[in-house]
Amino acid sequence: MSRTRTERLVNLVICLLSTRRFLTAAQIAATVPGYEHDPEDPRDHEAFQRKFERDKAELRDLGVPLETGTPSAFDAEPGYRIGHREYALPDVLLEPDEAAAVGIAARLWQHAGLAAAASSGLAKLRAAGVEVDPQATLGVEPVVTVDPAFGPLTSAARARRAVSFAYRTPEGDAPATRRLEPWGVVCWQGRWYVVGHDRERRATRCFRLSRIVGNVRATGPEHAFTPPEKVDLISHVARWSGPVEHTGRGTVLVRPGRAAGLRRWAVEALPGPDGDQLTIPYSDVDRLAGTLVGYGADVLVQAPLELREAVIQQLKEVVARHEPLAVGT
Amino acid sequence: MTAPRTPANRASADRLGRLLNLVPYLLARPGIAVAEAAADHGVSERQLREDLELLWVCGLPGYGPGDLIDMALDGDRVTITYDAGIDRPLRLNPDEALALVVALRMLAETPGIGARDAIERALAKIENAAGDQAGAPVEVRLPANAERLDAIRAAVERGRALQLTYYTAARDETTQRVVDPMRVLMVGGRGYLEAWCRRADATRLFRVDRIDAFTELDEPAAPPVEAVPHDVSDGVFHPTADLPLVTVRVGRGSRWITEYYPCEDVRRDGDEWVVTMRVTDLGWAQRLLLGLGPDVTVVGPAELVDRIRAQAATALDQYAAPASTLRTPQ
Repeated sequence: MSRTRTERLVNLVICLLSTRRFLTAAQIAATVPGYEHDPEDPRDHEAFQRKFERDKAELRDLGVPLETGTPSAFDAEPGYRIGHREYALPDVLLEPDEAAAVGIAARLWQHAGLAAAASSGLAKLRAAGVEVDPQATLGVEPVVTVDPAFGPLTSAARARRAVSFAYRTPEGDAPATRRLEPWGVVCWQGRWYVVGHDRERRATRCFRLSRIVGNVRATGPEHAFTPPEKVDLISHVARWSGPVEHTGRGTVLVRPGRAAGLRRWAVEALPGPDGDQLTIPYSDVDRLAGTLVGYGADVLVQAPLELREAVIQQLKEVVARHEPLAVGT
Repeated sequence: MTAPRTPANRASADRLGRLLNLVPYLLARPGIAVAEAAADHGVSERQLREDLELLWVCGLPGYGPGDLIDMALDGDRVTITYDAGIDRPLRLNPDEALALVVALRMLAETPGIGARDAIERALAKIENAAGDQAGAPVEVRLPANAERLDAIRAAVERGRALQLTYYTAARDETTQRVVDPMRVLMVGGRGYLEAWCRRADATRLFRVDRIDAFTELDEPAAPPVEAVPHDVSDGVFHPTADLPLVTVRVGRGSRWITEYYPCEDVRRDGDEWVVTMRVTDLGWAQRLLLGLGPDVTVVGPAELVDRIRAQAATALDQYAAPASTLRTPQ
């Protein structure tokens, strides 16, 4: 955009903000510098109309609320104006500690697009008179990263448009196309998920954003669905990872000075002549067995029997899988 | 996010937004230094002066004196004397509202953070100012192990050196060390203390959930000048080329490790995947890979394969012995 176009657009905003009546394109052309043309010359007039259409699109892109209406009972042509109330950021009165929090929040994003949006938002708050201390800290700095799918999915959720994307699970061979009505995006335990209605499965589903391959495509019209009222997005994601009860107790013998990681989980540790006896709480036998196998010959399970057998079974499999290759054949 | 644009388009759209913002910004700060206004808008002083020149010729229809935006430039300072009706900034657009609201929700959810009350109040006011745009379809919940993080943060704020009892998973050992705290971070849902470690003579990130105990020492935290914070914008673990490379064959059931640990390469081979990853320590790799399950086979390095086989065989012998006890290593 050239300097003259930028100048014309600023003048267009000032002109439309200053009028209460809707102004027709012809009236705007007569007042805003840069729109001079001969309305009688079809080519010149057409060039003006294209220019004016581009300018309107540019303002709407920027978020300027351009109203369209009928200028008067005698005009068939549409007119334009910008309502001051709709244009202006409402008063934001922030206490110094609140302004500091907003300033810190605006610096959190590592994603270029969101970082730019946060800083232009902050510039608007400054223009509304908010003073932001750039040195303020809150003691803990959250580093917020998002997956590339975050932008398209939040936009689609806001517009209530359906999306489709290729989704790859670690267990799957190839990405599969999923079609979703996205209700919203959730950050749970440091990972991002989208929750919505899966059109093929006809059920509520969550998808991890990091598993989305390639672009998210918004399909179909806006306002194509209505999310359930008072939907708790977090609960849909959290359902699969609730707290686990560690009611089981395993007794293991551990070589002195070894298996520091295991000792941290022990609820009891008794030193003995053959090693230290640890009591380890657990919920899943095979999972604890896997951890114990990781410590190899530094650990020996005493009880319960099912844990001992699970460990022996896993050790046998490890040996079988890692047999040395026959040499020289 | 809006549709992608060319950089040139973006820059000029940014300029229009900045110009419309500049008038109320200056209006609220009569006599502000041009340099300060430039810094607040993230542009050079020269660019800001060009912006002011452009605004000077803009105004109300009529475009005579008294209709145009007017300002007094007094050396390095500027005052708007007539705003031509642009007396307020434009409303937040959907992306701006989303970026600010979600970041504030993140802050409010961050365990151990100070001034939570101010964050909640700020969030309510920003949501109110954002109006229709405030309903960001984004919810945030971070882990709730706030107590330990809170204790660490408070200790760091008191500015003392700390003695840590720290568990290092890479070497499976718990050690004592004295550190000079620098900052507390949350990355990917985990809390970290970044500090100068006097034992390693280097800046280290300590996972808060692995700090088993700490005491504040009677001396101030004094990180040396060479203590530089890590760049954690794309995660905490950045494997370097000097770390050992481990290759494993995994079946479907254990392919999750490719999502959990950074991998150099994942390649399909029949019904399995061949995964290559760098590890900080072979002992750590041994503990992880031994216990993963029946569909994991370590391919290399040969040293690791030998260690895993020997460990498993010795462990089995211990179970086979009648007394079933730990053997003295040879």
